[in-house]
Amino acid sequence: MRFETGFSRIGFEASAKVFYEPPHHAGSIVNYTFQFGDVLAAWPLLLKGVWVTIQLSFLAMAIGLVVAIVCAWGKTEGPAPVRWLVNAYIEIIRNTPFLVQLFFFFFALPALGLRWSAHTAALTAMVVNLGAYATEIIRAGIESIPKGQIEAGLALSLNRLQIFRFVILKPALRAIFPALTSQFILLMLSSSVVSAISADDLTSVAANLQSQTFRSFEIYIVVAVIYLLLSLAFSALFKLISGRWLSYPERRS
Amino acid sequence: MRTFGIGDLWFILEAAQWTVALSLIAFVGGALGGLAVALSRTCDLPLLRNASRVFILVFQGTPLLLQLFLVFFGAPVLGLDINPWVAAGVALILNTSAFLGEIWRGCIEAIPRGQREAAEALNLSYKSRMMKVILPQAFKIALPPTVGYMVQIIKGTSLAAIIGFTEVTRAGQIINNATFQPLIVFSVVAVIYFLLCWPLSLLAGRMERRRNAALAR
Repeated sequence: MRFETGFSRIGFEASAKVFYEPPHHAGSIVNYTFQFGDVLAAWPLLLKGVWVTIQLSFLAMAIGLVVAIVCAWGKTEGPAPVRWLVNAYIEIIRNTPFLVQLFFFFFALPALGLRWSAHTAALTAMVVNLGAYATEIIRAGIESIPKGQIEAGLALSLNRLQIFRFVILKPALRAIFPALTSQFILLMLSSSVVSAISADDLTSVAANLQSQTFRSFEIYIVVAVIYLLLSLAFSALFKLISGRWLSYPERRS
Repeated sequence: MRTFGIGDLWFILEAAQWTVALSLIAFVGGALGGLAVALSRTCDLPLLRNASRVFILVFQGTPLLLQLFLVFFGAPVLGLDINPWVAAGVALILNTSAFLGEIWRGCIEAIPRGQREAAEALNLSYKSRMMKVILPQAFKIALPPTVGYMVQIIKGTSLAAIIGFTEVTRAGQIINNATFQPLIVFSVVAVIYFLLCWPLSLLAGRMERRRNAALAR
């Protein structure tokens, strides 16, 4: 394979000569010169996109967790209608695509008179989406608490809310940390979909850059690498956190 | 501007066929790829093991949307004439291969070591060890999560709308642009996805409970 050099504005160049023989005009060789210059020159924009993506993900996670804790409580402790409602919420969200949920929040709710920006609609869709998945995770965590501990709480004359707050919640959070953190990374990755309503996240920045520079392939390679680095960094961070604060000697039964 | 009528509903339902077709292609292709990934991931050759590990890492660590874009915008670079249909198919197959490969790796590794050792002691070749001993047992474990993952595939096909492939979500967008009745249009779209996904979710849940009950006994 022969390599050719391409020229780009700020001098960063990487090029490859790619061989391909399409059936309709066999024997032809397609030249493509990779030009990462324009993309890398836009690093402040990309950085801002990264920041918005991280911010969106963390905000959605924080608010979504509150939603999930309330729903998990409703599902395990609540009366039948509440349980039914929570179940309906979970099933509807888990069995429809995030993109459709996003369109619903961005197009359908404003038609009912609700005015909000693409950014808020994106955040709301992410919260609602995460809430459903996290409810199931947290419920599994609650059910992992031995009944004896709850009975011990009752014996101490704690009320139901206190038992949930002091006896169930924290050890349950410990039990579900791995599932929750991988859900966070999934959330961060699926947040790229909000570019479909042109919010201002990383993928939206990429889409804008693409329309200015027409270097789509290079842009999406760079952005995909950024996402990969983000997910690797976050999973390393979460591993560190769980090793530092959530590891404790288990009682052997 | 016109109101949402029976013709629009029909248009969306017709597009639903493409969602189903794309899902089936992604599942069949992804199952073949996933099997290859799972077998590479559990084999004795370090090169294959590491290659499949990196493959899974990359496809699980980047958004499906970006994978779709890379195939769609990358194919012309390789000189391939590509339409959204093929791009969506290829990206979904690759993505599904990575996820199913990782799920199935877990299932293969869940088979007790003794089974493999017994097969080796009987001097079974790799092929018969896998075909006759390991995979039939792994298959049983793999079934519920695989059915569950089909739901993810169906939902994933919605992203093909962004590169302009007319499946349900794109059809919804088109009708919405004509009728400006997003509430009805996207409700219909959501209901279609729900009707496709919910039975699979229920089935996966039932299989899981039955398996757990069988294991508890």
